[in-house]
Amino acid sequence: MSEVNWKNPVIKWVDSRLPVFSMMHHSTAGYPTPKNLNYWWNFGSLALTVLVIMILTGVFLVMNYTPHTSMAFDSVERIMRDVNYGWLLRYLHMNGASMFFIVVYIHMFRGLYYGSYRAPREILWAVGLLIYLAMMATGFLGYVLPWGQMSFWGATVITNLFSAIPLVGDPIVTWLWGGFSVDNPTLNRFFSLHYLLPFVIAALVGVHLWALHTVKSSNPLGVEMKTEADSIPFHPYYTIKDLYGVGLFMIFFLAFVFWAPNFFGEPDNYIEANPMVTPAHIVPEWYYLPFYAILRAFTADAFIYLPFQLLFITPKLAGVIAMFGAIIILFFLPWLDRSPVRSAKFRPIYKQFFWLFFIDCLILGYVGAKPAEGILVVVGQWATLYYFAHILVIIPLLSKFEKTRPVPDSIASAVTKTAKTEEA
Amino acid sequence: MAETAANPTVETGGEDGETRRDFLLLATSAVGVVGTGLAVWPFIDSMNPSADVLALASTEVDLSAIEEGQSITITWRGKPVFVRHRTEDEIAQAKKDDSATLIEVQKDEERVQKEQWLVIVGVCTHLGCIPLGQKATDPKGEFGGWFCPCHGSHYDTSGRIRKGPAPKNLEVPPYAFIDDETIKIG
Amino acid sequence: MRKIILSAVAALALTAGTAQASGDAVELHKQDWSFNGLFGHYDQAQLKRGFQIYKEICAGCHSLRLVAYRNLQAIGFTEDEVKEIAAEYEVPAGPNEFGEIIEDGELRKRPAKPADKFVPPFANELAAKAGNGGSLPPDLSLMNKARKGGPDYVYGLLTGYLEEAPEGVEMPDTMYYNKVFPGHQISMAPPLYAEAVEYEDGTEPTLDNHAKDVVAFLNWAAEPELEERKSMGLKVMIFLIVLTAMFYALKRRIWADVH
Repeated sequence: MSEVNWKNPVIKWVDSRLPVFSMMHHSTAGYPTPKNLNYWWNFGSLALTVLVIMILTGVFLVMNYTPHTSMAFDSVERIMRDVNYGWLLRYLHMNGASMFFIVVYIHMFRGLYYGSYRAPREILWAVGLLIYLAMMATGFLGYVLPWGQMSFWGATVITNLFSAIPLVGDPIVTWLWGGFSVDNPTLNRFFSLHYLLPFVIAALVGVHLWALHTVKSSNPLGVEMKTEADSIPFHPYYTIKDLYGVGLFMIFFLAFVFWAPNFFGEPDNYIEANPMVTPAHIVPEWYYLPFYAILRAFTADAFIYLPFQLLFITPKLAGVIAMFGAIIILFFLPWLDRSPVRSAKFRPIYKQFFWLFFIDCLILGYVGAKPAEGILVVVGQWATLYYFAHILVIIPLLSKFEKTRPVPDSIASAVTKTAKTEEA
Repeated sequence: MAETAANPTVETGGEDGETRRDFLLLATSAVGVVGTGLAVWPFIDSMNPSADVLALASTEVDLSAIEEGQSITITWRGKPVFVRHRTEDEIAQAKKDDSATLIEVQKDEERVQKEQWLVIVGVCTHLGCIPLGQKATDPKGEFGGWFCPCHGSHYDTSGRIRKGPAPKNLEVPPYAFIDDETIKIG
Repeated sequence: MRKIILSAVAALALTAGTAQASGDAVELHKQDWSFNGLFGHYDQAQLKRGFQIYKEICAGCHSLRLVAYRNLQAIGFTEDEVKEIAAEYEVPAGPNEFGEIIEDGELRKRPAKPADKFVPPFANELAAKAGNGGSLPPDLSLMNKARKGGPDYVYGLLTGYLEEAPEGVEMPDTMYYNKVFPGHQISMAPPLYAEAVEYEDGTEPTLDNHAKDVVAFLNWAAEPELEERKSMGLKVMIFLIVLTAMFYALKRRIWADVH
């Protein structure tokens, strides 16, 4: 780390006591970034942008929200109708949640394609997964707050899952509920936790960036930066590129907010929660659908249930284990993938399996959205099996046997060789 | 890892290139700042009184039940408002005090629309306590109006501050007579 | 290869959407609502007619509890007209000077003010069910947002009654056959018919117009912010496109030496 000689005496005075300015310089104008990053690398900064939007809109929404079962639904409608720009705050927050997951999923798939999780970025990847888990919890808690039909019944279904845990399952569920069903104590504590978790996410993002700055960014070629010729300073090159990306993103995001604000939502959530009436189809928010499909795939007669049956695990518990397992196994990717090559750019076979995996996730999402009937039951089971096969079998096998393409020596040599910009 | 010191002000075509980029930078920054300001406004405005709060901003008061010498307290915008049906003596005293040494100079006729009806906000202008004097048994201070027990401010029969730490007369809220027996405050 | 993937994603996204009724998917005829689209707006005259229908027909059973009388100023009524409309209804008054809320054997009431919310036709859910053969007429404040298909669904329902159930369909006497209602059996009798309400502005009082007008009114009730939202959207979008273009130009300039 090179020392900056600050000319301005005020800056110098502050910086010698608390190196804020040096830190800012070190992470921007003085931070080497690969010169060949493509637009798939914009999604990290987009995720941070959305986090800030969610916290800002959330704090202002809370100024008018009441977390009591008798008032929650009405307080949200008061925000929509009576609070100045309340409808805007609410729709920004509601659609921001969907945007957050769109951005983060693209960010994660970028990682899978380019081998961003490979050494020395294992911890960076792991912290990212922790952020993802925290996001899923936050989203679940937040969806309960408007106290619509889906809020209530989604909370009921998901909290009931914990009863699958042998021995302590039921006491745990009662403990979670604070009662004998999802009711006011549940709503209140979900509100408290929903306010808390985003700040946990913010802290994790800090750690995520710290880990990133330690090992520096990877790049589409998967070849580490070696010399000065490989890199450019983050500022101004990537600050402006990220700003441009934010502009494009805001156009996409606000198109939904202003013209299709309920596109990602469920009409049933505009009906006040009624513990006596279950909606015809309980569907979680779209970003949980693949996991919902995995959860439901494990029925007593499903072929994928067999190994669990042998271990005396109930279908319900099997579904829960598989659902969480689907995310847990991702932590082990850096050790499952031992290919000599990082980036799919030089892994022609892996590249095709990547896209198959992506399609499999879409299929799982579709299955999760539909009722568990007909051919979709079998489709869901096979798609679930394929998901685990991809991570646990295909990737390790490929990493051993795939014939990879020759990898360039350095970024600089690759960039000068080709005339056009590298395509993902 | 070597630090790259790529100079962001590298020429892109001589003087002309630099000034063009500087203008673009300036213009973009300006538009960006304007955009940020426009984006911040809804957040700030959302904290202003909402439509349902504004709808309750006025209260109607029926005066017919208030006898001479009686005072009632009603709530307006969350604050107490004293509505007093003044006696002849109180009105006379208030007018006489127009020429007394007043802490905040105001004539009685500036503070009432019909002289027998005094409508004032019952919040002491010192630090916000509610002055006593509405009930017949309350202390009314040395000037026959109201007395604030918190720090000893005395108000006269026109609600003017006469003695004590309060700096201003009791506020007269905006009100109008809808008819002889009803006023609308706010 | 990527183009194929991306078009597959787009196709999937369009068809997936939200989970829906098992078996029969009802075809809803999309109407040409004035509030649809980029420049969507409400037609005040239509909203007034729709309000008239709600007031004279629907309000007998359906509450509109999230809308306040003062909101009616947005559809073209003056402050005085709103006061008059509100005063036609009664709301519980507080206790009298003795602290009683019952006076002469009846609950104390006062005329509604503009600040009050629309007075419901029934005191509570049980009374509503008792007055409607056990069925609960839902509140209509959010109806257009609370059903898949939104205004097209509500319009379809109001115009989708059949005099007789089709061949082979058995129905109890208390139910009516509706093409659009899930399960096709609805306990609400057809609420609209030609000339159900007399329009003052000369619009033809056909069933179709009645349905369209009341659905437009209900859309306003569910989304009163629609016009402000869409017009703000246009301004914001134009601004953003300009700003993003400037960011892009600046990016190209800064990156010129790298490319």
